[in-house]
Amino acid sequence: MSYLAITELQKHYDNYHALRGINLSITEGEFVVFVGPSGCGKSTLLRTIAGLESSTGGTIELDGRDITELASSKRDLAMVFQSYALYPHMTVADNLSFALRLAKVSDAEIQEKVRSVSASLQLDALLERKPKELSGGQRQRVAIGRAIVRQPKVFLFDEPLSNLDAALRVQMRLELARLHKKLGTTMIYVTHDQVEAMTLADRVVILNAGQIEQVGTPLELYRQPNSRFVAEFIGTPKMNLIAANKLVRHEDSLAIDLLGQNIMFPVNRLKGPLPESVIVGIRPEHMTLVDQGGDISGRIELVEHLGSEAYAHIQLSSDQTIIVKAPARSELKDGQEVSINIDVSEVILFNESDRVISVIPEEA
Amino acid sequence: MTLNQQRKLKTFLTGLFAWTVALVLFFPIFWMFITSFKTELQAISVPPSLFFEPTLDNFRIVQERSDYIHHAWNSVVTSFGSTIIALIIAIPAAYSMAFFPGKKTKDILLWMLSTKMLPAVGVLVPIYILCRDYGLLDSKTALVIIFTLMNLPIIVWMLFSYFKDLPKEILEAARMDGATPWDEVVKVVLPLSVGAISSTALLSIVLCWNEAFWSLNLTASDAAPLTAMIASYSSPEGLFWAKLSAASTLACAPIVIFGWFCQKQLVQGLTFGAVK
Repeated sequence: MSYLAITELQKHYDNYHALRGINLSITEGEFVVFVGPSGCGKSTLLRTIAGLESSTGGTIELDGRDITELASSKRDLAMVFQSYALYPHMTVADNLSFALRLAKVSDAEIQEKVRSVSASLQLDALLERKPKELSGGQRQRVAIGRAIVRQPKVFLFDEPLSNLDAALRVQMRLELARLHKKLGTTMIYVTHDQVEAMTLADRVVILNAGQIEQVGTPLELYRQPNSRFVAEFIGTPKMNLIAANKLVRHEDSLAIDLLGQNIMFPVNRLKGPLPESVIVGIRPEHMTLVDQGGDISGRIELVEHLGSEAYAHIQLSSDQTIIVKAPARSELKDGQEVSINIDVSEVILFNESDRVISVIPEEA
Repeated sequence: MTLNQQRKLKTFLTGLFAWTVALVLFFPIFWMFITSFKTELQAISVPPSLFFEPTLDNFRIVQERSDYIHHAWNSVVTSFGSTIIALIIAIPAAYSMAFFPGKKTKDILLWMLSTKMLPAVGVLVPIYILCRDYGLLDSKTALVIIFTLMNLPIIVWMLFSYFKDLPKEILEAARMDGATPWDEVVKVVLPLSVGAISSTALLSIVLCWNEAFWSLNLTASDAAPLTAMIASYSSPEGLFWAKLSAASTLACAPIVIFGWFCQKQLVQGLTFGAVK
């Protein structure tokens, strides 16, 4: 059953259409991440759910109640801001208890709740400090504590980790995942970082230009993207895309001419009508470098060694550069001619309008 | 000249310039202060004497001729009263313009400021007639109303520009925490703006305290503040420099002491407001 239901949500600014008919249903306890490039409307969507922006069409229902026109203060949602937005004139303890005091909760209960939250977030020693005396990570924990202490219906996170340094970000990401497991509260999280999206989410919502591009579990998005946009957005390094114009249909396979060499694509994995040309999408890890006799060939331009693996940037005869994952200790040299094998079962095809026209085979 | 010497010379010249400006600005006040302790004859002697036997006669005569406490009280009531009323009106006005700006907000702000461009004397007659018809001549009420209206644009502007710099997200956080607009103002905006509001209030009080045009034209004795008292010593028929100076010194003293006293609070308030 849907806990938070968003129907045909619209947001117009003066001459800008920020949200173009968003439909989304979130179940209770789910961790949903909104991700997309800047300006895609993910923050606007979150802020509209929060009530900080008013919608110009559509409805938002929370737990069976229409909250579209309700003031933020009455929605029973808690939000963690990118800038933490702690109250600078209050101590950590007062920051944590602000919402409870507004709600006229009894002093004893406030003390108890603040104590339990500060213990779980290791803020005990900081309760009497002001926000300006805290480090970035500590402020972040106070901001999260301020949200948790209220036990709201939904947590909203607006790029909460982007002001932290890389190491701390990974640590806080883990803490958030643990927190969600422990509390089991519905969480909506906005980020532009696809790694955060992939690691935290039960479901990822990919937004593009004010519209939902695709909704799915991280793995679904990774393996079965609906469109070229999603395919390119999810995954590091990016999926390689190679245009192929010559297609020959055989009995049970489709011969796709990739730079002069054919790869055979099983017909039963195609959906919809066959277009004139296709874009072949293949992730770096679904290709292997071989000495000779591979599906395509090229020349190594550059090798990036990451320790656990290496990425070879290979220039094809068409001058396009693709990235192929290689074993960590491969002795690849710049300028070396290589041949590349493609794992056809992992290939994804897109038509000229960038929609996907292939399906991933069922797992064996 | 070495780089170090150059730097020293630069510091010295800057300091010299600053001191010169400060002394030139301070000189009239200093002169007024010492003149108030001279006899009328010493006060007009040329060349003026820096060394003389100070006398308190002028202060005694001023107190005899005019009731200092009465005028000072009028000044206190009108300047503090109008400042409080102006703040009560200006805080919500600046809050709504800073946090919920509309398409016309900029126009409204400019329009408010434009009212300060009209010379006061331009509306003297209509205001005088209004006061007369409502029986407000020589009343503190009239002065409070006029001082309030007179300073309102400046106070709104000052608070507006301060509020505008408050991070919006802090208010949004309060809203998410369940704060009503009233809670937002009282529990978040005001505590964060203590410094800005006190310096704005101080400015308003000083402006009211030193206001002379309306005080002279709308009051006679009952409601006359200190500025009107000083004016009564600048007589066209005689030279009363020493008494005028004594009256002026008495009029300045409270506000100077008040400002000096507030300085510490103001600096504290301003740094307290640091948001980051």
